[in-house]
Amino acid sequence: MWDNLQLLFVWAPIINVQVILDGIFVGAVFALSAYGLALVWGVMNIKNLAQGDFVIMGGYMALALHQLHVPLVLILLIVMPVMFMFGWIVYVLMIRRIIDQDMFVSLLATFGLSLLLQQVMNLIFGPEVQTIDMELPVYDAFDNMVTVPSSKLITLILAGVIATGVIIFMKRSRAGQAIRATAQDPRAARVLGIDIDRVYAFTFAFNAALCGAAGVLVSIIWVIQPFYGITYSVRSFAIVTAAGLGNLPAVIGAGFGIGLFEKYTGAILGTAYEVAAPVSILLLVLIWRQIQMRRNRQVVR
Amino acid sequence: MFMKHGIVAGVALAVSLATPAMAKVEGDTIILGSSISLTGKYATNGLHTQRGYDYAVKVINEAGGVKVGGKSYKLDVKYYDDESTPARGAQLAERLIQQDGVEYMLGPYSSGMTKAIAPVSEKFGVPMVEAEGASRSLFTQGYKYLFAVLSTSEQYLATAIDFAAEKSSNPGDVRIALAFEGDPFSMDVRAGVMDKIKEYGMKVVIDDQLPADLSDMSTTLTKVKALKPDALIISGHSKGAATAARQIDEMKVNVPMIALTHCEAAKVQEKFPKTANGFLCPTQWVETLSKSDPMFGSAADWNTGFKADNPSYTSVPYQSAQASAAVYVFKEAFEAANSFDKDAVRDAISKVEMETFYGDIKFSENGNNIAKPMFMRQIDGSGQYKLVEKAGDMVFPRNVSY
Repeated sequence: MWDNLQLLFVWAPIINVQVILDGIFVGAVFALSAYGLALVWGVMNIKNLAQGDFVIMGGYMALALHQLHVPLVLILLIVMPVMFMFGWIVYVLMIRRIIDQDMFVSLLATFGLSLLLQQVMNLIFGPEVQTIDMELPVYDAFDNMVTVPSSKLITLILAGVIATGVIIFMKRSRAGQAIRATAQDPRAARVLGIDIDRVYAFTFAFNAALCGAAGVLVSIIWVIQPFYGITYSVRSFAIVTAAGLGNLPAVIGAGFGIGLFEKYTGAILGTAYEVAAPVSILLLVLIWRQIQMRRNRQVVR
Repeated sequence: MFMKHGIVAGVALAVSLATPAMAKVEGDTIILGSSISLTGKYATNGLHTQRGYDYAVKVINEAGGVKVGGKSYKLDVKYYDDESTPARGAQLAERLIQQDGVEYMLGPYSSGMTKAIAPVSEKFGVPMVEAEGASRSLFTQGYKYLFAVLSTSEQYLATAIDFAAEKSSNPGDVRIALAFEGDPFSMDVRAGVMDKIKEYGMKVVIDDQLPADLSDMSTTLTKVKALKPDALIISGHSKGAATAARQIDEMKVNVPMIALTHCEAAKVQEKFPKTANGFLCPTQWVETLSKSDPMFGSAADWNTGFKADNPSYTSVPYQSAQASAAVYVFKEAFEAANSFDKDAVRDAISKVEMETFYGDIKFSENGNNIAKPMFMRQIDGSGQYKLVEKAGDMVFPRNVSY
């Protein structure tokens, strides 16, 4: 660890640039799936444990389409609507029935869904690790100490475009307004003529589409495997817990924050600890919140 | 309705209990048992293993079978699918032994599954010859009935360190970067590498552990680029090999020597032909090996025969070859023991000493094969695996232009 710190800050400070860039690329992808979770959590109070599996599902769809030589932008335009429809079906078949139940039912049900999706993907695509290699050029700088693959740059741009689209959609469109209204007060929304069931279905489907988009990006810059979903679920939960529900800029900020934290943890402690980093953040945030709330807590003596 | 089912189940149970241990030798057929992964995450390799067993059974039966007490017996294998889950494997091993009366077992696929099943066969005193569990920890438990034809995992990458030492004028100056997953297999591989590093007094400049859900090792590779070690050693199953190959290319990592496990399984030569050029990959067996036996002929003969039976293979994985070798060990042991008594067979296995198409087989007291070395191969520019028997055969440094 001491060696790694010296390496980062004394011997070769230039690699900080690489670590920071990697953190930003990672964070952009996390932010997408985390925002979907924040929506579903905030609007419907469903904690979707299958979040990461939706991501991997999007990845496998992208892989299948890539093998048919479909260009990247078209892949996104196909995967997002397909995942949207898939999300809608899952809502109708399953989520609708558990929405009024207590928290554990939603956790159990989505955990079951997660297992089901993993096994189905395993049956269809096999257990091998796969990736989309677009064979795009790689830019390097500082005597090859910093490399930026164009695939990651494209990913960052696409993530930015999708996030901007989502912000505008939530602020300006009627559907976005209806979602926000339902999140604030479902009963009042219903009184005012909003079809809550449709809003819920739309929100869940929208989340699946966002995860699908994240999955496409993941399959381009890293590798996917049917059982990798859990790591994306964990990161999404960590980001949402840190950022709070329904606040998109905060989710994006937390996404980048966790991305950077993860990469620095990896650089200093070793790659194995990268996955542990978001979990430790989750823990710290929860402890911090406890302390904060303590101030507001009043006890009648 | 409920009662009826109960009665049927009861009768079935009674019948199965009333016919114990009759199945080990039925008429003129010796029944071997194996729980093997035909579905789930090990399915691909499970099938390689099963086909290896089946091919050996076919060849041995066609050559007259196994001669015990002056009579010829045929071999047959009873399989169950363990779904790649250790608990299910242990359950099925018990079922094979207790319900089906199997008294000789062939191993499952992977160290993890073997670890789950070995205590069961041990408990019932049933000899098991396995071909797919390489973890060193399998052979430190004092098992008496477990035998493995393959080399143990600490030998996988140790040769790479020897090569690095030979290529350097002063081995003490060689700087090594290590990236290993934390599972039992990879940790065994690492232990073997560390022993060699200590022996030569080399310096470890990076020693990163990789996570089980590995999809990104860019931080490790960033450090590699900054520290410029002489050799990079990686082990993390197929996902480790695939991730490493992908990111070594993407980050333009230039290390003169890169050695990693599971190249073939991850198909790095096909998926990343440019980067994989110069990768050193250990293997249990090569089809160009100059070893042979009277049953299967030379390594090349076995390879041709197996391919003729299984035309779907363009290149045969070593997992199938070692599976065939395990069946062959049983044949030799039955004939040497000249008996079907499982303890006599066990003792005969422990005394087996033979040359096969798969290499020499001789078991240590702990049950692992100590007569066969690991082989090292290097991927060349056209994606072919070339056997590297000594450091001089190796292309060094890797010549890759990103």
